[in-house]
Amino acid sequence: MTDGTPAAPLLEVCEISVRFGALMALSRVSLEVQPGEVVAIIGPNGAGKTTLINCISGFYHPFEGRIRFAGRDRTHLSPPDVAELGIARTFQNVALFKGMSVLDNIMTGRLLKMRGSFVLEALYVGPAKRQEMEHRAFVERIIDFLEIQAIRKTSAGRLPYGLQKRVELARALAAEPKLLLLDEPMAGMNVEEKEDMCRFILDVNQEFGTTIALIEHDMGVVMDISDRVAVLDYGIKIADGKPDEVRQNPAVIDAYLGVTHS
Amino acid sequence: MIYREAGQFKTTYAADQAIFPIAQDRVVVALAIAAAFLVPPLAGSEYWLQAVLIPLLIYSLAAIGLNLLTGYAGQLSLGTGGFMAVGAYAAFKITTAFPQVNIIVVFLVSGLFAAGVGLLFGIPSLRIKGFYLAVATLAAQFFLVWLFNKVAWFSNYASSGTITAPPRTVFGVMVTGPEATAPARYVVALTLVVLFALAAKNLVRGRIGRSWMAIRDRDIAAEIIGVRPLRTKLLAFGISSFYCGVAGAELVFLYLGSAETLAFDITISFLILFMVIIGGLGSILGSFLGAAFIVLVPIFLTNAPHALGLSVPVALQKQVELMIFGGLILFFLIVEPHGLARLWQIAKEKLRLWPFPH
Repeated sequence: MTDGTPAAPLLEVCEISVRFGALMALSRVSLEVQPGEVVAIIGPNGAGKTTLINCISGFYHPFEGRIRFAGRDRTHLSPPDVAELGIARTFQNVALFKGMSVLDNIMTGRLLKMRGSFVLEALYVGPAKRQEMEHRAFVERIIDFLEIQAIRKTSAGRLPYGLQKRVELARALAAEPKLLLLDEPMAGMNVEEKEDMCRFILDVNQEFGTTIALIEHDMGVVMDISDRVAVLDYGIKIADGKPDEVRQNPAVIDAYLGVTHS
Repeated sequence: MIYREAGQFKTTYAADQAIFPIAQDRVVVALAIAAAFLVPPLAGSEYWLQAVLIPLLIYSLAAIGLNLLTGYAGQLSLGTGGFMAVGAYAAFKITTAFPQVNIIVVFLVSGLFAAGVGLLFGIPSLRIKGFYLAVATLAAQFFLVWLFNKVAWFSNYASSGTITAPPRTVFGVMVTGPEATAPARYVVALTLVVLFALAAKNLVRGRIGRSWMAIRDRDIAAEIIGVRPLRTKLLAFGISSFYCGVAGAELVFLYLGSAETLAFDITISFLILFMVIIGGLGSILGSFLGAAFIVLVPIFLTNAPHALGLSVPVALQKQVELMIFGGLILFFLIVEPHGLARLWQIAKEKLRLWPFPH
């Protein structure tokens, strides 16, 4: 599919199906994500894109099929377990912690890397204090990287939408994920904000080597930044390949333009 | 002009994450704590210490406890009175069984008992949220008070069901029992509340506080970054109940002297919850401000007509007092739903710019 290297895929989704009542949200969908790739998942509204992401991050569990990450089966893990494996995500409608500052929001991304006892932390001495400072230093690197130095101490709820999306990305990055799932990272943004976000996504991929799977509606963006595109329609994967191939694929064109086969 | 942070550069993250990053704040807080330790014991009247300041400190401690749970972790609780009762009865049982144990240690161990009970009643919080959780914690309130009332063992089979603080000393000074002086009891209460407030502040500005606030603000997003809801909520219930338990023990041993279960009924749960809401959810300072508001305003209202030279019939005055008090609570909640702590923060932000408009 991609470049034919035999490297084991980082994420393997094998024929998973999800049903909500009578609705088959996903039927026998498979997806492989190779290490270092940027994969876009596209499709019309209600195609099951977010359901797929929710399965990968442990919110939904498919009633059939398997999900393997880094070679291990992990179909039925809970979201915190998935986070521990090294999968981070952002949400379609920003899910920041509104009562906390931007800095604290990003620091929550480090929670999995922090250890300690509440007694030491109540005293704020020794390892507890040291660990706070180490993680603060790491978070500052991400703040620099995403150019949000000026809003560090601002309450997250007070930020404009575009910046909230960026802070959410920062929080996901703070966890140093192996796989980053982005659910419509550019929804509702203007052209400039979209360009910034594209640049950040590509930089994350190249500088940190993070594998990225993203859902996006803006076809220009998708074609520009992804190595591979998977197309869903009515819970079925109808195409998977390089952006140019997918663009030519008649099934994809039909799904988007609503042409019926005669 | 006085309150300006210009020229105060932080060169380490430690300095930036200090509790009071601005030098003026540090000075004011240090002075306030020094004054709190020195002035009232030396200059305060018996009435002020016994009837105002000691309960104020104890309620502050309980309010900090509830604020950790409700304000930081977002779990609404009406069981405060019950958890305080656990602390009080545990302290009574421990100190009558082991009279030689230092009473401060007894307070802390009673807090642990309350924490254990809090953990137990926190388990439903995994499944239920908001008002429904409040109702579940209400069960804790009623059950615990009923238990201490019903089982005579808890009050050492006293015929009246009353527990009385026996005389105990700390460093040779009598701090509980009928012979303990008000200043001695005041200093013990103040020391405990200062240390516990500091500990609470340290908790909420670090790893644990962030996981609490994450659960409070967006539990789904919290899970996705690896916060385990049950563990996090239970920790909040445990630590919160520990604070409430210590406060409950203090309430009997340092303030009331002797008490029945009536002292821990639902009224006190509501009282502490009001303190937290008026003071500011999610603020340690707010816990003190809220307790001060609830304790001081009625006293002020009682004395105001006299100070103004008005003679009001006692019965009428009591009614008016309640009406004004209720009105003030409404006023503050409308003006600033985030509590007195938020008002204080806004005042500080304005003061940073003053006297310049921008």
